[in-house]
Amino acid sequence: MEIKIRNRVIIIAAVMLLCVLGMICYPANEQETVGFPRNFQRLKENVRNRIRLGLDLKGGTHLVLQVQVEDAINVTVDLAQERLRDELGAKGIPASIEKKTEEKRTYLLITGIPQDKSGDMQTLATEQFPDWVLARRAGDPLARELSLKATAAAAIRTQALEQSKNTIRNRIDQLGVIEPTIAEYGGQSDYEVVVQLPGVDDPSRVKDIIQSTAMLTLKIVQDGPYSSREAALAAHGGILPPDTELLPGRKETSGEGQGGEAWYLLNRIAAVTGRDLRDAQPRPDENGRPSVNFNLTRDGAVRFGRVTGQNVGKQLAIILDNRVVSAPVIQSQISDSGRITGSFTPQQTADLALVLRSGALPASIKYLEERTVGPSLGADSIRHGVVASIVGLLAVMGFMLVYYRGSGVNANLALILNVIILIAALAYFGAVLTLPGIAGVILTVGMGVDSNVLIFERIREELRMGKTVGAAVAGGFERAFVTIIDTHVTTIVSALILFTFGTGPIRGFAVTLTIGLLANLFTSVFVSRVIFDYVLTKREKGEAISI
Amino acid sequence: MEFFHEPNIDWMGKKWYFIGLSLILLVVGLVSIAAHRGLIYGIDFRGGTLVYVKFSKPPNLDAIRAELKRVNLGEATIQRYGPAVDNEVIIGLDLGTTASADALDAGKRAIVGVLAGLYGVGPSGKVDFNNASPQTVAEHLVVGDPLRLASKGTDEALTGYRELAEALVNFRNSPPHSGLIADLQELRAVSGATPAVLEALGKDFYLSPYAVRNTEIVGPKVGGDLRKQALYVTLAGLAAMLFYIWFRFELIYGVAAVIAIFHDVLITLGIFSLLNKEISLTVIAALLTLVGYSMNDTIVVFDRIRENLKLTKRENFRDLVNRSINQTLSRTILTSGLTFLAVLSLYLFGGEVIHGFALALVIGIIIGTYSSIAIASPILVFFYQRVGQNRMGEKPRVYERETAGLRR
Repeated sequence: MEIKIRNRVIIIAAVMLLCVLGMICYPANEQETVGFPRNFQRLKENVRNRIRLGLDLKGGTHLVLQVQVEDAINVTVDLAQERLRDELGAKGIPASIEKKTEEKRTYLLITGIPQDKSGDMQTLATEQFPDWVLARRAGDPLARELSLKATAAAAIRTQALEQSKNTIRNRIDQLGVIEPTIAEYGGQSDYEVVVQLPGVDDPSRVKDIIQSTAMLTLKIVQDGPYSSREAALAAHGGILPPDTELLPGRKETSGEGQGGEAWYLLNRIAAVTGRDLRDAQPRPDENGRPSVNFNLTRDGAVRFGRVTGQNVGKQLAIILDNRVVSAPVIQSQISDSGRITGSFTPQQTADLALVLRSGALPASIKYLEERTVGPSLGADSIRHGVVASIVGLLAVMGFMLVYYRGSGVNANLALILNVIILIAALAYFGAVLTLPGIAGVILTVGMGVDSNVLIFERIREELRMGKTVGAAVAGGFERAFVTIIDTHVTTIVSALILFTFGTGPIRGFAVTLTIGLLANLFTSVFVSRVIFDYVLTKREKGEAISI
Repeated sequence: MEFFHEPNIDWMGKKWYFIGLSLILLVVGLVSIAAHRGLIYGIDFRGGTLVYVKFSKPPNLDAIRAELKRVNLGEATIQRYGPAVDNEVIIGLDLGTTASADALDAGKRAIVGVLAGLYGVGPSGKVDFNNASPQTVAEHLVVGDPLRLASKGTDEALTGYRELAEALVNFRNSPPHSGLIADLQELRAVSGATPAVLEALGKDFYLSPYAVRNTEIVGPKVGGDLRKQALYVTLAGLAAMLFYIWFRFELIYGVAAVIAIFHDVLITLGIFSLLNKEISLTVIAALLTLVGYSMNDTIVVFDRIRENLKLTKRENFRDLVNRSINQTLSRTILTSGLTFLAVLSLYLFGGEVIHGFALALVIGIIIGTYSSIAIASPILVFFYQRVGQNRMGEKPRVYERETAGLRR
């Protein structure tokens, strides 16, 4: 009898030691080694660093954004339109192509196909556009609709989402946010991403950086600047020359161009795009003004050299997100680097360089939800949570002592062990503690002690029925065990449902409650029983226990 | 010590009193929801913008309202938040104003702009210390170099000032200041804040009388999604409980239990509506927890009913149920009472943020216990007598699953 108890006590002691040491012995950063803390300060630091705090306790920003994947589809259709025009020209089919968007479908409408060329058209579509489907158009025998296959479109959307997530992750990493979270959110067809940024309490700069599409293109300027779009069109008789386009300059907010827009006539095909960038760094230009230097890849450098060599004396427009930032004159052939100047502040050049380095976003981003918790609110919440926990714990423990006397001590010991195991488990699994999570600790205390009450009430009943103390204790534990399992399972099932459907803080609650109740199974049944057995061996035969 | 020593209350006999009480509570609650105040959705479900601002002195709400009207935010609501000594206010914009702008946070920026305009931008060139991040503070300290750390090397200076800035900002954020300090001299309590440091701070920083503690902006799509989710989650919870009780006992037990819990959830929502309390995501989480927890008491009673069914073959079902309730009364009141004690502590001491959650649990535990004792069983007896008895008038057998061979 003694040996069995002693073995069990050793098990319990081992578990407790593991929990406590796991909490206080891990260092705050990688430089220091694992070891027993040397003073109280280190102890507090270690404990505080082991527990991951949620945004609502630490302070930070929570963003939900939606990747507009239809943008990527649009780009694909545009590129296909280009290719189709070339192919139709090469095959001698004199049809005209128009991009149309109806409801949720974007497709290419090809009209004016001569009857005898319709076979050629079909072969062209099957061979050159394997991801597309050529369909007849109702009511027009000379027209066809070319649209993406559903699987191909789905693949493009998914890829746009993945690429956007990676680009966003890149940008946030470069900003130096500690332990950000970037994850998919919501349903399959929602294309939503959740971003959590601990410690960022002014998200406007981060949001701008995440959102900026950062499409950089360099194009030769044919003509310009004009004071307005109409003026530019008028200068060319109302029709743009082939393969050109009109783009506005940046809205000047200071200087002579205040409030106005300068429009440029540019070559449509770009000399260099963002994909050819190898690096971008903020550097002051020769006048000391803030600007961004960029370097090109080898292929990009070759193309750039060719274009600048052929266009010395003309202006080269540097275009960001379809706005002309600047248009310096090409003095001589340039091959591998360039500079973007404009009325930038130093911060803006740093942000621009960051965004260029991280790559362009394949689709634009719309923000759906934004929550920012200031750190002072987080500190308040922690304080409230801890106070409520301690008061709750003391109240429950006090009641157990009064109502169950000696056995109350038993229950209280089990309860304290329960809380220690719970906190240690949270730290060990790296689970995030949120304010509802602290409520989960309090609820574990309230529900956990119920297990002990069930057992003790049963023991009292068995004693009333006249059983011996030893049999009463054994009977009490046995009979109550199944009920304890039942009650814990129902609450844990609720917690699991909450975990599946819930967001950050509520998940913290579900996790804390579940771990707490599981730990409670160990403490209220195993530990309590060991304490009872120990007390039973210590008392005289026939003596009653205090319950 | 014992509360109930062998109670012998005729629960079944008095059942109409209890059902009457429940009906009154239900009707009052439902009327409040349907006709009177409605369910007050929190921002999670409604969508919109909320900005929580703390002031060092009691703010002039009228001045704020006037200024908001001037910038076309007249529909903004301003409410006091928390205990009066905190001087905290919530400024809110509804979904219409939030969703109409291009950017999601246009409303928030407008509100912050109004506050900055009203409460001073401070002397030009100076930064607001009360709303500054540790990075900003560190940057200014590095430039000013009041501790002469630059002589030890730039790295030393950078880390040194970064740590000092973090200590200063932590001090500002911790209670009792909670984000606002009124005088730079208060920072003297931070170790490392020499008079030279304070002087350097005084040159670069001013102290605004307000601090933005928290902002929440929920767009229309997210709000709608969350409303749907909340409904699914609650239904999923009820369904899960039905299946679990069905599995452990029998279908009629499951149905009786689920009706009782449904009654609990409705009454709790009704009381929330009566008290004008917001229903937020955490409140739904509390209700779902309640669904699981309320099962506990019901299971305890049903367990005892099943045990008694096996022991006595000749007793009237109604009397057996009565006896079972009385036998488990002590246990039920105790367990619920202890959980109630813990949750009450959360309600009283847990702070404003968790207030709704705690209230839902406080109400729910009381109603849940009451329904497990006085409502679930009459429903069970009702079903039993109507549906359960087969044509031969015998009691149906209760199918059980034995767990680990334990005798019950």
